Amino acid sequence: MKRHVELKNHQREIYFFQLRLILSLGFVVVMLLILLSRFFYLQVVRQGYFKTLSDNNRISIVPIVPNRGLIMDRNGIVLAQNYSGYTLEIAPSKVADLDSTIDALAQLIDIQPRDRKRFKKLLAETHTSDSLPIRSRLSDVEVARFAAQRYRFPGVEIKARLFREYPYSDKMSHLIGYIGRINDKDMEQLEADNMDANYRGSDYIGKIGVEQSYENDLHGTTGFEQVEVDAGGRGVRVLSRSAPKSGSSLILTLDAKLQEVAEQAFGSYRGALVAIDPSNGEVLAFVSKPGYDPNLFVDGIDTENWDALNNSPDVPLNNRALRGQYPPGSTIKPFMALAGLAYNKRQPGTTISDPGYFTLPGSSHHYRDWKAGGHGSVDLFKSIVISCDTYYYGLATDLGIDNMHTFLDQFGFGKKTGLDMDGEASGLLPSPEWKQRRYKQIWYPGDTVSAGIGQGYTLVTPMQLAYATAVLANDGVGYRPHMVKQVLRNAEHEAPSAPAAVAMDLKLPADNIALVKRAMVAVTQPGGTAAGASAGANYRFGGKTGTAQVIGMKQGEKYVASQISERNRDHAWFIAFAPADKPRIALAVLAENGGHGGSTAAPIARKVIDYYLLGKAPKPLQTVVESPEKEDD
Amino acid sequence: MINSLKRRFVAHLDPVLMYALGALMFVSLVLMYSASDGNWTRVLGQLANITVAFVALWIVANMPLHYLMRIAVPIYIIGMVLLLGVITPLGVNSHGATRWLNIGVATIQPSELMKIAVPLMMAWYFEKHEASLTLKNYFVATLLLVMPIALIVRQPDLGTALLIAASGFYVLFLAGLSWRIMIGLALTAAVSAPFLWSHMHDYQRLRIKMLFDPSQDALGKGYHTIQGMIAVGSGGILGKGYMNGTQTHLDFLPERTTDFIFAVYSEEFGLLGNLILLTLYGFVIARGFMITANASTYFTRLMAGSITLTFFTYTFVNMGMVSGILPVVGVPLPLISYGGTSMLTLYLGFGMLMSIHSHKKLVQS
Repeated sequence: MKRHVELKNHQREIYFFQLRLILSLGFVVVMLLILLSRFFYLQVVRQGYFKTLSDNNRISIVPIVPNRGLIMDRNGIVLAQNYSGYTLEIAPSKVADLDSTIDALAQLIDIQPRDRKRFKKLLAETHTSDSLPIRSRLSDVEVARFAAQRYRFPGVEIKARLFREYPYSDKMSHLIGYIGRINDKDMEQLEADNMDANYRGSDYIGKIGVEQSYENDLHGTTGFEQVEVDAGGRGVRVLSRSAPKSGSSLILTLDAKLQEVAEQAFGSYRGALVAIDPSNGEVLAFVSKPGYDPNLFVDGIDTENWDALNNSPDVPLNNRALRGQYPPGSTIKPFMALAGLAYNKRQPGTTISDPGYFTLPGSSHHYRDWKAGGHGSVDLFKSIVISCDTYYYGLATDLGIDNMHTFLDQFGFGKKTGLDMDGEASGLLPSPEWKQRRYKQIWYPGDTVSAGIGQGYTLVTPMQLAYATAVLANDGVGYRPHMVKQVLRNAEHEAPSAPAAVAMDLKLPADNIALVKRAMVAVTQPGGTAAGASAGANYRFGGKTGTAQVIGMKQGEKYVASQISERNRDHAWFIAFAPADKPRIALAVLAENGGHGGSTAAPIARKVIDYYLLGKAPKPLQTVVESPEKEDD
Repeated sequence: MINSLKRRFVAHLDPVLMYALGALMFVSLVLMYSASDGNWTRVLGQLANITVAFVALWIVANMPLHYLMRIAVPIYIIGMVLLLGVITPLGVNSHGATRWLNIGVATIQPSELMKIAVPLMMAWYFEKHEASLTLKNYFVATLLLVMPIALIVRQPDLGTALLIAASGFYVLFLAGLSWRIMIGLALTAAVSAPFLWSHMHDYQRLRIKMLFDPSQDALGKGYHTIQGMIAVGSGGILGKGYMNGTQTHLDFLPERTTDFIFAVYSEEFGLLGNLILLTLYGFVIARGFMITANASTYFTRLMAGSITLTFFTYTFVNMGMVSGILPVVGVPLPLISYGGTSMLTLYLGFGMLMSIHSHKKLVQS
């Protein structure tokens, strides 16, 4: 019996066991199916996604930075070039103690405190994990010395790089500008312009001048190498390569020799000069004195040099030619004369009697002529030659500010010339609307009187005045002023330079222009305000002197240069075109605190024209001689 | 005579299991070469591991069944003593976990021994009380299971604890633990989960969190999972080809020869390769089920069932963790991952399966 019960139990037990075993089998099958469907999901459904991730893992894109284009003058003289050299670079993220590392490096390589300061500044400005240079232009000896000790400096490397160099240093600084390390602000701009991809790997970008305006041409196209990397980021092999395209070189319209002559002609004066070829708008010379050494900026300027430049009373960093705004003074008179003729307010033969001052009807206020007692009987021709103020006080009043504004606006006053360089100031051509907007005041008749001789509110840049002079010299046809003659897009295949673009054709009556130009030529002849500057010239040229007041004179007060501190003395202007009959050069010269246009600005112009027309090499630097000739204003 | 020697040598080896194990060994060695970037030392090392494990398998396979019964209790007791030894100063700490024991000549990992000892002990216990199983017996068996697990969780070694818990649970399940109790236990577990969570180690919590969103810590703990999934997924249907897995050969995959070797396989052989491998494992498991179903005693049935199901659990947990449906718990891919201890434990299990099968036949014949 007992055995029977056990047997029964045994069978039941086996039955239950096998039931559970089958359940287990079912469980196993379900779980294996889950695994299978997971594999299907990963390897079929999402295969593309994971393939991409896997490729991203293993493929790293390494940018190859293109060589920056060169900048040359119109004759092929190199103004900005690249040279290869070695820099000592530190990757801050890989160096535990920066200061002690630099201390140790200083024992091998000459590292000055200013190098350290510059490095610290760079470190604060850039937020990349890249290495930053502490010293550039290493000597061969220094390179060798470091190479031998290299194992001691993880995270420090010597790199061969192309450096930008400006051989003319401060002589071309305001024109060429400079490149500098890309900072956070530059990066934001590049991102906004969708250009950041092309700058992967690039350290430098044009900051100012032509280097900035033509950045897109100069930079070139960054090449890429697809490199297979391992998890540690080390390159294993190159998968594909797209070569970089070097930046285009620029041929400027500038004549570097002419620029040098002009620079030298300024002597110790501060100021600006812009010379334009009136027949096509090419900028031949572009001077802003003083300049600065653009080479200082390339790898980040050190604090001492920066402070010296930034705090100098001469403001060398200010581009006076492009951004300096000054009252045009008497240089406005030829344009006013043209306005008088155009609006029929003055005839060539009409004369006025100049008592030495002008009064508005119903006012006793005397607007003084620069010459006490006046010039006597003055017609339009003479008014330019001797720069008669009284004539233009009356003319301005007769024209009215609106007509003046309309007419002068055509010559480009009060607006940017469209020069192919960023940062141009637009000057100021006042109008009643402007005054209402700016000062919430009405326009007084007296404002018109001052505007007639280029004082008061009117402001021009040397660039603008040179352009207006070029338009006048070219009989009212203006070409857009430009710095770059040709962009060499490809070394083998030179793109032809774009034809000069006509920016304006004022359609001025030929007689009017001829009369004014003749008068301007007379300015440089005996009896004219710039007679001294033209002495001995075997060609004829037209010109006009001008004076921009720095401080205002009260009624009855007399301007005596010797009694006024140097910085408050008047700025001297001279505009010119040469040769007189078929002008090839038009220019505007400003000598800050130079006093008289005829005595300081005109001789500078003369030297520039001499060189340009005659190829006359500049004489050894000579100080500008005070002219005994007549003064204007 | 040679024939008779040969016959005696293979007498207790189950041919079906041997073919499957041989195939998996082949996969292991071939894959080891790729996973280690052509490192023969690694391949030969694995071959040595398999050789040693095979010797153990042969010995166990030739052991009569009552030997297994006889060693169950001593092995369990030795295992428990060694596990307790890990808590003493003899325990060796490495990577923030104390799992090893310094026994003078070598450092051993007692928890590995328990993978065999626990189900063996439980099966022995149920056999002893086969005639009159009461709730009390299940309770005692559970206690036999929970004691070593508690010690192992404490080390901490979540992966091993999980596998031992599974192997013990399979014994309980096959021994007929009532559904009511299982459901009750499941509910208790669900209720106590928050409590457990608050008592977990930070790294354990992180691993569980990573399960739901590995990208949370892509460069830290989630890196393993993400790179594993990328390897598996980018393999596609046909795989990138042997020795051509970029995740593997460019160092992106961690633990390539051990816990993540399945990612290497999957990347290079694709879905098709996975199907083949799953079939091989399925074959082993199916054979295990057959042996279990035909086992002659209560003890051998429980033991064979637990070994088979634990083997499956190994496979599922490893593949699940590499393909991102389970957290990374540190379970090797059975029979393929590099490692002497796990190979030995697994082969010991298969040795027992073979012994259970062949000695039953001998008894019958």
